[in-house]
Amino acid sequence: MSSLVAFVAGGYLVPLALVAIALVSAATGGVARRLASVSLLLTLPIAVSVVLVSALTRAGTEVLVVLGPFDVTREGVDFAGQMLVRLFAISTAIGLFSLTTDPRAFVFDLERRGLSPRFAFVAAATVEAVPAMVTRAGVIAAAQRSRGLDTEGSLRARLRGVLPLVGPVILSSLTEVEERSLALEVRAFGRPGVRHLLWWPPDTAVERVARWLIVAALLVLVAVRLAGAWPPIP
Amino acid sequence: MLELRGVTYRYAGYARPVLHDVDLALRDGEIVGLVGANEAGKSTVCLVASGLAPASIGGQLGGDVVIDGERTTSLPVHELAQRVVIGFQNPSTQRSGVAATVFEEVALGPMNLGLPVAETLARTRRALATLRIEDLADRDPARLSGGQGQLVAIAGLLAMGPRHIVLDEPTAQLDPEGSNLVAAALRDLARTGAALLIVEHKADLLDGICDRVAVVDAGRIVLDGPTTAVLGDERLAGWGVEPPSRVRLARSLAARGLPGLAELGWTA
Ligand SMILES: Nc1ncnc2c1ncn2[C@@H]1O[C@H](COP(=O)(O)OP(=O)(O)OP(=O)(O)O)[C@@H](O)[C@H]1O
Ligand SMILES: [Mg+2]
Repeated sequence: MSSLVAFVAGGYLVPLALVAIALVSAATGGVARRLASVSLLLTLPIAVSVVLVSALTRAGTEVLVVLGPFDVTREGVDFAGQMLVRLFAISTAIGLFSLTTDPRAFVFDLERRGLSPRFAFVAAATVEAVPAMVTRAGVIAAAQRSRGLDTEGSLRARLRGVLPLVGPVILSSLTEVEERSLALEVRAFGRPGVRHLLWWPPDTAVERVARWLIVAALLVLVAVRLAGAWPPIP
Repeated sequence: MLELRGVTYRYAGYARPVLHDVDLALRDGEIVGLVGANEAGKSTVCLVASGLAPASIGGQLGGDVVIDGERTTSLPVHELAQRVVIGFQNPSTQRSGVAATVFEEVALGPMNLGLPVAETLARTRRALATLRIEDLADRDPARLSGGQGQLVAIAGLLAMGPRHIVLDEPTAQLDPEGSNLVAAALRDLARTGAALLIVEHKADLLDGICDRVAVVDAGRIVLDGPTTAVLGDERLAGWGVEPPSRVRLARSLAARGLPGLAELGWTA
């Protein structure tokens, strides 16, 4: 939700406020450090390319620096900055969600709201996929290193070391997904109809109010944007 | 009774069948071991016997797979799951990821069946008791040893209330301690009266618990008979199966001109 807000809202203030909110909530949950590293990991590859492309190529009136054939304009830097804070707002929001949401509570809650358990499970698996992928990459890196692959040292050596990891990480995820889904089917996960759950996630009044406030904030922002009252996205 | 009659199976997207004319019967209360070299087709037999091939993964099935008089192809997967279940090697891929405790993990299957809560609770307790893992009930299923994780996975299958259980290399990813844990559990399982089909590379493990053993080679059943006869068969090594240590010991004694264990009054 907060990522939608970040996208709709332009400028720096709102996205930065969202990042701050995410970090403060993470700190209360004791996961601020992990959130920071996960969101960096999620954002950096995109951020680097966005910044390079927009800062170097975006046309503008005020040229700040000339780098070879490229003019770095004030507008370009501004755009890159705005994209950057938005990207961080989105990745901290996703990161915070996957770090703090108990997948079990998430699945049962979606199911209570009338979603099929199958869909709810897919949603939960997506939430879990990010940390699982990071862990697996670590394991495979260790395995490759023990066979003599260089994943440390200079930046170039590391880049060369990362490429052989990509294939195994994705392939092993694929076969695992197949086995995982078979194992679930054997336990009648695909059976249509009602289940009698043993457990419901608690839902406090504060949480309910907070959810509606977030939805309301999103609606207000969309309305303000549509009315053209906000600085337009450059 | 679970029966494969003249079964041929081809994976989706492949031209050649992997199983050829397989006949295999699993009678009630019987424990059958399945051995064979890598790529011989053991896992495929398991998938076909459990009905997941072709019901879930597609492919082309020839012949009949019949469970208690009904053909598997006529049943939806969640119906099949109450008659035959299949377990895999890796405890972590068999974990649902949506349960906070072992108890909830094991309860997931019966819950999916739409059983009343009391029945779900009773089945879960019974499954945990059969495998003697009641003390794990409150643990986080993601933080168990490999052996414990596999026991929880098997308990989850057991709670489905199936008459037939297929296990594809349940100890392959476990350390010796974990393997022993699972082997002991398989013996407990056998006493419940369910029929078991177990794929294992560890012949010693099968030697202790199976009524019968079948050998798969290149997609065909090449030998099927009482455990002692099959595991003592001279041709076993030729099919890529290492005989149990009891048999190897007897052979090396005989090769040195010493009396066999049987002559000394030892039996398996
Ligand atoms: N999903 C699949 N799609 C296509 N072919 C497959 C698939 N799984 C297995 N095969 C092929 O089917 C044949 C039998 O494989 P299977 O996995 O049944 O052997 P296995 O006896 O279980 O071997 P292992 O001891 O290595 O587990 C092999 O030639 C294999 O390449
Ligand atoms: Mg196999």
